[in-house]
Amino acid sequence: MSTTATDTEVRTGLALQGVTLRLGDGDNSVTALDNVDLIVRPGELVAVVGPSGAGKSSLLAVAGALTTPDEGIVTIDGRDIGRLSAKQRAQHRRDHIGFVFQSGNLLPSLTAVDQLRLVSNISKKRTEKRDPKELLAEVGMAHKADRRPHQLSGGERQRVGIARALVGRPSLLLVDEPTAALDRARSHEVVQLLAQETKQWQVATVMVTHDHDVIEHCDRVMEMIDGQLSPAK
Amino acid sequence: MFLALRELRFARSRFALMGSVVALIAILVVLLSGLSSGLVRDGVSGLQKIEVTHFAFDEGTEMGSAFSRSVITDDQVRTWSEQPGVAAAEPFGNTLVNARSNRDVPVDLAMFGVRPDGFLAPTPIEGEGLTGNPDGIVVSQTIIDADPGLKVGDVVTIDQLGTEFTVVGVLDEQHTFGHVDVAYVSLDAWQRLRAGVAPGEELRETEAASATAVAIKANDDIDLAAGDAAAGTETVTREGSYDSSPGYTAETLTLSMIQYFLYVISALVVGAFFTVWTINRKHELAVLRAMGASKPYLLRDGLIQAVVILAISIGVGLAVGIGLGALMSGTPMPFALEAPAIAVASALLALLGLIGAAAAIVRVAAIDPLAALGGQR
Repeated sequence: MSTTATDTEVRTGLALQGVTLRLGDGDNSVTALDNVDLIVRPGELVAVVGPSGAGKSSLLAVAGALTTPDEGIVTIDGRDIGRLSAKQRAQHRRDHIGFVFQSGNLLPSLTAVDQLRLVSNISKKRTEKRDPKELLAEVGMAHKADRRPHQLSGGERQRVGIARALVGRPSLLLVDEPTAALDRARSHEVVQLLAQETKQWQVATVMVTHDHDVIEHCDRVMEMIDGQLSPAK
Repeated sequence: MFLALRELRFARSRFALMGSVVALIAILVVLLSGLSSGLVRDGVSGLQKIEVTHFAFDEGTEMGSAFSRSVITDDQVRTWSEQPGVAAAEPFGNTLVNARSNRDVPVDLAMFGVRPDGFLAPTPIEGEGLTGNPDGIVVSQTIIDADPGLKVGDVVTIDQLGTEFTVVGVLDEQHTFGHVDVAYVSLDAWQRLRAGVAPGEELRETEAASATAVAIKANDDIDLAAGDAAAGTETVTREGSYDSSPGYTAETLTLSMIQYFLYVISALVVGAFFTVWTINRKHELAVLRAMGASKPYLLRDGLIQAVVILAISIGVGLAVGIGLGALMSGTPMPFALEAPAIAVASALLALLGLIGAAAAIVRVAAIDPLAALGGQR
């Protein structure tokens, strides 16, 4: 049997080169990303900070193959995702990218362990998936595997969210304001967990955050202002 | 399937609420279907059991009440029987009478006048036929079962005229026409009845050669227009003649209209539910799309939910409806549970419900995965 390309592919992480994204059309168009360059290597956790509306979410959208940039090249593990169709992008997302959303964004009808099983159900490629129970144990949630989101605290939900993002063995982990709904102690725990998983599984992780408290756990901090990305001072 | 069933279980009270509306509609549909089958049976089962393909009425007859108004002659019957494509044609008489039995039971009868040796002649399951019984009648099973009813050997006397008939035979099952039990009688006796001739009086010659319609057994290659032109008649199929039965059109039209309304209501209820359900889950669906779930995956998921909930609620509705219907079948109410009619009705209910759901669920395809990212991008 032939193995898929991704099994043997060398992980090189995420690379954005000269990426520009405009939102809206004509005179009302806004430049959300302005000639952005960013390289995130496997095992590296990069934080992106900046004020609201600076383009942080747009960065995630472009890196996460949710939208295609107007200019520039986005590659994940060397593969250019700028030229993929919407359907191919969806496939790329489920095979290569893990998302961690604000406050977890878990599905209310599913137990913690089913949140993870759902990933295998969505994707036809079952072979590469990680064992949901094992993964829940890894994020310290094994004892609440059968709870639904409304029975979990904010921090617990975010842990399940992180585990869910890792089920498909992604090469890229995109994290959107993971600590928005958490207190200080929980925020540190969650970001520590992210850092730990990033190292352990050699994932390239981009975390967008408002929370300057937690950036001490990150390898690098970038600052986004008016669509331009630069290393934070 | 994975997500669809878990969501159904999680939101079971909401789904149950909508499901019970569909179940109630299904009950109503079953009962209405039973009622309309019952009315059809009461209205035209006597005609349904006559083995002909067409009835030819006299030209110019008001078709809405042709079975009581039309008068045709022996000549017209003869002309029809000579037409190409006609296997057999015989006079058929139809008139309603009031009578009283020797046990003082008042009965209304639809008298079907036929030639005792013709192809229209009744074949009783009990007693004798009309052959050799010039004053005999062969009656529907339903009037035998009625309480008080008739039995073989009873003598019925026609009101006013005083003509007497003896019940000589019983027909299998229900034979009714316009909600009145059918009694087959020889054509000769029928002509005297129709003309209002009392026993002992003479029948005029023209009336001795008349009937209501020409009953035609046709092959496939019958030319109705040519036959009508030659015989001076207006021919309809047997099914088409039901509309000439008293009250038939009005009854069936009203009931079918209510049924059609119920189908539409079911589609709208299910459609409205799934619209709200889909809009409620917009954010979740966006998250699923961001996670890479394909559009077909999400569409299938929604449709599975619709199929499951429709199947369960229509199933429950059918069971309850049939149970209630079985209770009603024993009453004088015209009610008949007929499997094909109920099957068609529930299939339509399911189909329209599914269409309503699908119309709502296609919204899933328009959901932008970008909405999964919090705040503005």
